[in-house]
This record gives sequence, C-alpha cells and structure tokens, in this order.
Amino acid sequence: MTEALSVRGVSHSFGATRALDDVSLTVEEGAFVALLGVNGAGKTTLFSLVTRLYDNITGEIRVFGHDLRRNPGPALAELGVVFQSRALDGDLTVAQNLSYHAALHGLPRRVARERSDAALAAVGLEPQRGKRVAALSGGQQRRAEIARALLHQPRLLLLDEPTVGLDVKSRREVVRLVRALGRDTGVGVLWATHLFDEIEDDDEVVLLHRGRVLETGRARAIAGERGLAESFLAMTGIEREMLTP
Amino acid sequence: MSLSDLGWRGRARAFRGIVWRETLRFLRQRERFFAALVRPLVWLFIFAAGFRAVLGLSITPPYVTYVLYEVYITPGLVAMIQLFNGMQSSLSMVYDRETGAMRTLLVSPFPRWFLLLSKLLAGVAVSILQVYAFLAIAWAWGIRWPASGFFTVFPALVLSGMMLGAIGLLLSSTIRQLENFAGVMNFVIFPMFFASTALYPLWRLRESSTLLHDIAAANPFTHATELIRFALYGQVNLFALGFVVGATLVFMGLAIYAYDPSKGLIGRRRR
Repeated sequence: MTEALSVRGVSHSFGATRALDDVSLTVEEGAFVALLGVNGAGKTTLFSLVTRLYDNITGEIRVFGHDLRRNPGPALAELGVVFQSRALDGDLTVAQNLSYHAALHGLPRRVARERSDAALAAVGLEPQRGKRVAALSGGQQRRAEIARALLHQPRLLLLDEPTVGLDVKSRREVVRLVRALGRDTGVGVLWATHLFDEIEDDDEVVLLHRGRVLETGRARAIAGERGLAESFLAMTGIEREMLTP
Repeated sequence: MSLSDLGWRGRARAFRGIVWRETLRFLRQRERFFAALVRPLVWLFIFAAGFRAVLGLSITPPYVTYVLYEVYITPGLVAMIQLFNGMQSSLSMVYDRETGAMRTLLVSPFPRWFLLLSKLLAGVAVSILQVYAFLAIAWAWGIRWPASGFFTVFPALVLSGMMLGAIGLLLSSTIRQLENFAGVMNFVIFPMFFASTALYPLWRLRESSTLLHDIAAANPFTHATELIRFALYGQVNLFALGFVVGATLVFMGLAIYAYDPSKGLIGRRRR
C-alpha cells in the first residue's frame, strides 16, 4: 500500500519549548487516522509542519513520496487542509471563496466550476453557494471549508480539530461527512482531535502527548477492556478534568 | 494525482485569482476607496491652495516654467496614495494572518516567493486604480501636465507601487498583531511622507537643515515621488529609477526571507 503521509523523526521547538519530539507516523492511502491528544499536545504544530507553514527542523516529511522540503509543490498539491482556525473570507460568498482556492491550485475556470459543484454537493451546501460566508452557521462554514479542501481533488485530507466550536448536531454531521467522503472517494484522512467519541473502534490512532507519540495502533487495541478514555488517562497520567472539551 | 496544475498556466491562473480577490475586497470596501481619494484631495484642494502664496518654488526639472504649488505636490500626492495603499495591503496581510486566510494562501503548491509577489502586484493594481481616479479629479480641477503623462506615468506607478508595497509586505511580516499597526503607521507613513520631496523640493530642505536634506535624499519615498514627477512629464529620472528598482529588490528580498518557512519569522512563532 502507498504511504499518503510519512512523518519520520520530526522535532520542532519554539525557543526553549520543545513542541514536538521525534514524532513519526504514517497515513496509508485511503486510511482514516485519528491524531489524538489534549490541547497543547503538539497537533497543530505537526499540522503546521506538514502543511509547510513551519519548516521541519529535523526529520523528514513525505506526502505520496514527495519530500516536503525538497519538493514542496507536488507534496502540497496532494493535500487538502482544514485548519483549526476558520480560514474563509467572510466578506466573499461561498462560491467566490472556492474560486479563489481553485485559482491557488491553478485550476482552469471550467474545472473549478465543475469541482465546486461537486464539492458543494458532497457537503450538502449547494443552496448556500451564493451566500456570504459570514452569513453561514458555524457548521456550514466548516462544511464549506471541507468542500474547499476537496476542490483540487487531493488524495489526503488534513483536518485540525474541525469540530471545535460546533454544537453537538453539527459536530456529528461533520464527522459523518468526512468519514463518508473517505469511504466514497478513497481520500485518506488525518483527523486531529481531543474528543474520544469521534474515534471508532477500527480507526488507526496516533496518541500524541506533550510532543511525543505515546502509542500507535487500532483504537480497539489501545482501548482494551478499559475503554479509550481510561487507557488514555493511564498512558498520559493526566487528570480526568483535562479531557472535558 | 490531484488536479492542481503546477505549470506556467496554473501559475497564471493563481496570479489572476490573487489579483481578482484583492480587487473584489477593495470594491467591497467602498469606504476604503473614498478614504484613499479624499486624503490626497484634501491636500490638493485645501493645503496646496493655502500654501500657494507662502511657498515660492524655483524652476527645477522636469518643470520648465514656474509652476503652481498644486502642480508641484500632485506627484507627491500620487506617491502618497501608493504609500497608504502599500501599508493598507500589509494591514490586510496581518489581518489575513490573524484570521487564518494567510494559511490558505501559503499552503498553495506554488512557491512562496511567487505567491507573495502576486499579492504585491495585486496591491499595486489596486493602488493604480486609485491613482488614476485622483489624477482625473486633479485634471478636472484644472491642474495640468502633458496629457500624454497619463500614459507615461504608468510604468513609474508600477515600480513605485511595488517598492512601497514591498516595504508594507516586509512590515507585515514583522508585526504580530493588528493593534501594533497603528504605531507603524505613525512611525512609517508620516516620517516617510514629510521627510521627502513630496511637499517641498530638496534644495528648500537644505536651506533649513542639512540633516533633513540628507534624510530626504536617502528616503525611498523621495525617489518614488521623483520617478512619478518626471514620468508625468514624459521623462525618466535615471537616479530615481535606479534607486526605486534597487530598493524594491532589497525590500522584496527581505520580505520573502521573512516569510520563508525555514528562515523566517513565521516559523519561529507559535500561533
């Protein structure tokens, strides 16, 4: 099987603070991998490195075999990204935001239109295409961001805590949507979260804590008899209160 | 394989997309357009009229006769429009970074220098729209320069716009938050504008202070103003041209360096 994402021995520091320490993980093509960790575990830093917002100071990151440092263009072309902070232009309409993204990937106008239609249909936002983003609900904005991330037909989706700030219903919808997209289109997913109920038994889980990978494996295996949350607490040694969203 | 087109056609589309977005944002913010116009017009209609009698100007190139003060300060006001626009573009870069829109731009598969240059040129396009609106009003007000100046000034506007935009871009890379920007406006825009040849010629400055004269002579804004002044009269001020091109390369190089993930300031920052 092809490796969609391969992170090997990656470390990153902010001054004296070590945000990531020798992190390695793999996302196989078409797989759903959950990157599980509490706030401050280093998930966003890892995403910033994989999307080349930060440089990988040590180690190696490859996207479908393309070394991110030596060959960033083809690597970034295969990535669709939904950042934790909202990154749509609120003044523009959904369609205009998508056109802008399509242009940033060099898509011809005709292809951009077709892809916009398909991506909006996939996330159920066709009626909102002409609306200003600022007028959409939080859940709709998230779905619009997912549509945008899918626009150039990437083979790997990165989502950094995409359900943060959403109500329970929208949260469930977004999770269901991304899982369905993974199944239907074969796009691989790296899903960063601190919420255990977003993880299913068969998911591959990478457990990140204080910048280090503590465990990698199937959720079912990590959970054992105690369940995922209890196992997580035992492995990290953190207080239960820290798990509340 | 994704659908992304990384070839030159794809790049051209990316460039068009970035310019389109900037123009769209600009058109949506009508107040910004009017503010950009009102500022130089206040200088032209009120300040210049008031100072016409006070400030005597000798004949200096490119002028061949005595000119009214309004005529003298028009190129400086054009440069001022571009200066404000350059800073405003960088303000929008800081805003984009705070809102996350900057990430959308930077995770595009095209090289970062290309994205930043496109962003810069998009800002220049917007500034040129403003300049032509101002020049049309000034012309209607009765201020005259050779009519061909409307065309000959264009390349000068592109160059000066790029230099002032590059300064803004560099500033935006070093500013952490929007709130800090007001200070930069005071410490960058006003000193640059007043310590230049926009309002008074260099020889006048020398009469009052040699130090001020030297500062103005080293001020990139002076050379942007002179480049525009000469271009408006169909002439090329070679020294100003060289200075503006050199300064653009330096500021742009520094801005790209600052936005480079491996060396720049963004990489060291935690968001």
